[in-house]
Amino acid sequence: MPSFAKPIKKLLLATAIGLSVSLPNVQAESVSLLNVSYDPTREFYREYNDWFANHWKSEKNQAVTVRQSHGGSGSQARSVIDGLDADVVTLALAYDVDALRQRANLIPENWQERLPGNSSPYTSTIVLLVRAGNPKNILDWDDLVRDDVEVITPNPKTSGGARWNYLAAWGFALEKYGSEEKAFEFVEKIFENVPVLDPAARGATNTFVQRRIGDVFIAWENEAFLSVEQLGRGEYEIVVPSTSILAEPPVTVVDVNVDRKGTREVAEAYLEALYTNDAQRLAGKHFYRPSNPVIAAEFSDRFPEVNFFTIDEVFGGWEVAQNAHFNDGGHFDRILENIANKRR
Amino acid sequence: MIHAASRQRNVIPGFTLTMGFSLLYLTLLFLIPVGGLLLYTSLMSWEEFWRAVSHPQVVASYKLSFTASLIAASINLVFGLLVAWVLVRYQFPFKRIVDALIDLPFALPTAVAGIALVTLYASTGWVGQYLNLFGIRIAYTQLGVVLALTYIGLPFVVRTVQPVLEDFEAELEEASSALGASRLTTLCRVIFPTLLPALLTGFALAFARALGEYGSVVFISGNLPYKTEITPLLIVAKAEQYDYNGAAAIGTVMLLAAFVMLLIINFLQWWSSRRFSH
Repeated sequence: MPSFAKPIKKLLLATAIGLSVSLPNVQAESVSLLNVSYDPTREFYREYNDWFANHWKSEKNQAVTVRQSHGGSGSQARSVIDGLDADVVTLALAYDVDALRQRANLIPENWQERLPGNSSPYTSTIVLLVRAGNPKNILDWDDLVRDDVEVITPNPKTSGGARWNYLAAWGFALEKYGSEEKAFEFVEKIFENVPVLDPAARGATNTFVQRRIGDVFIAWENEAFLSVEQLGRGEYEIVVPSTSILAEPPVTVVDVNVDRKGTREVAEAYLEALYTNDAQRLAGKHFYRPSNPVIAAEFSDRFPEVNFFTIDEVFGGWEVAQNAHFNDGGHFDRILENIANKRR
Repeated sequence: MIHAASRQRNVIPGFTLTMGFSLLYLTLLFLIPVGGLLLYTSLMSWEEFWRAVSHPQVVASYKLSFTASLIAASINLVFGLLVAWVLVRYQFPFKRIVDALIDLPFALPTAVAGIALVTLYASTGWVGQYLNLFGIRIAYTQLGVVLALTYIGLPFVVRTVQPVLEDFEAELEEASSALGASRLTTLCRVIFPTLLPALLTGFALAFARALGEYGSVVFISGNLPYKTEITPLLIVAKAEQYDYNGAAAIGTVMLLAAFVMLLIINFLQWWSSRRFSH
């Protein structure tokens, strides 16, 4: 025993000395971030994280590992509120990000003003995905209320993405028919044509693509492109409506977490670099609309021009829209009640 | 006397330790979560609570959840007994494999089960397209909910009845027929009473499991409010709009209702084992 206890002791001592000497440098040598995001950003951030690691290495000579977490936007926000150690969040809608402030005070009130474009480095919009050849001749939102059309969308109560769908249709009708009552009737007619109401966007995609149910799928533009590219090239077509909502998926540093972990500098750089030309091109490659108009122009054949409205202009922001439309007793609950009464 | 008492204390070695551990275990895993549920609910006023749990959409979902769970558990009661009987009483090739397959619903992620079922039973699916010819639609109807709940509840009845059936003494049956009882009488007066407590346990487990099921149902039900929306989905919807109190309130109602029903089943079980044990 003593014969090899001695060398081990020496080794331990040497390691301890070595560690204590190198300890001050350890933190500077590598750093790790956790980006809590929603489902369809998976491919984009995989590529962006590699790009950022190189970028950061050459600028600061520090290795950075970005870990990703993906899921439904609302449940991701709840995980962070409940203590998931996110350095940055990149979610589907400002309402979910704002919940970090309202429910847990993790970010300051002005979080959305800290980065350009309402803190949305890339945007998207709501489009209509139809089957090849567009057999039902669906050209705009108006066609979704026809009796012979079946519409697939997830449930706005449980899916953040579906709230954009609903608001896009509402905004279109409000502009075209001029009153809240007309817009209510219009959206009600659309939901009368919904045969299956999936809780989340991924499930709704399955219903439309795998089950082959429905004539039109209301989807985020980037997800519609993914469906066309990955799930069946030549089987689907994207119809861009005349008017749609500008979907702004915002990003923010989670202040309380980065200050505790000492990662603020790299976390802020990580988000700011999303606005660089390289990152903007990556966003375009992964079917998000780049917020930088110059880079967006490079993708103009992919993203047709749409007459956009924003949630702030038409609905007065997420807080107001959520209360009026989606919370208990809101317009959406009344729409469901009306439909149930009609079917009875 | 003293001697006997100290001996009795030693019947379970380390009684304090095991009991203490059990209590801690139950507290961490069960009492604290349920306590949290009740705490959230208690933060609401009566009017708020009542409004949350009595909304027509919520009431429609209770009806669906409880009815579909009861139907599914009843189907499993009948066919679970049949499967257990076949597995215990007959020899056939691949019996062990069939026996092992029974546990599949325990192991398979329920989302996978839901997707598999909807792939089979959608009107374009392998089975669904033929049923569709007869105008029977399963996926995206209430039938679909029952189907998913039946699937996940299958092992409970089989696994509770199987051991009782295995221990069943064939002599009792022989005695019954030797004394001139018909097959039906033997079944009703000899076999069935012995199995009844196990059947009820299996039924209760399958029922309770079905009430809480979420993963498989959301894929096959279509989730149409007032029609095919189960209560657990509404709880998720409440949580999704950060209405934790509302979610907890509905959860509490489910908990109480399930508790009462399980209590009734336990009482029936106690009654049947007393009634038939002599």
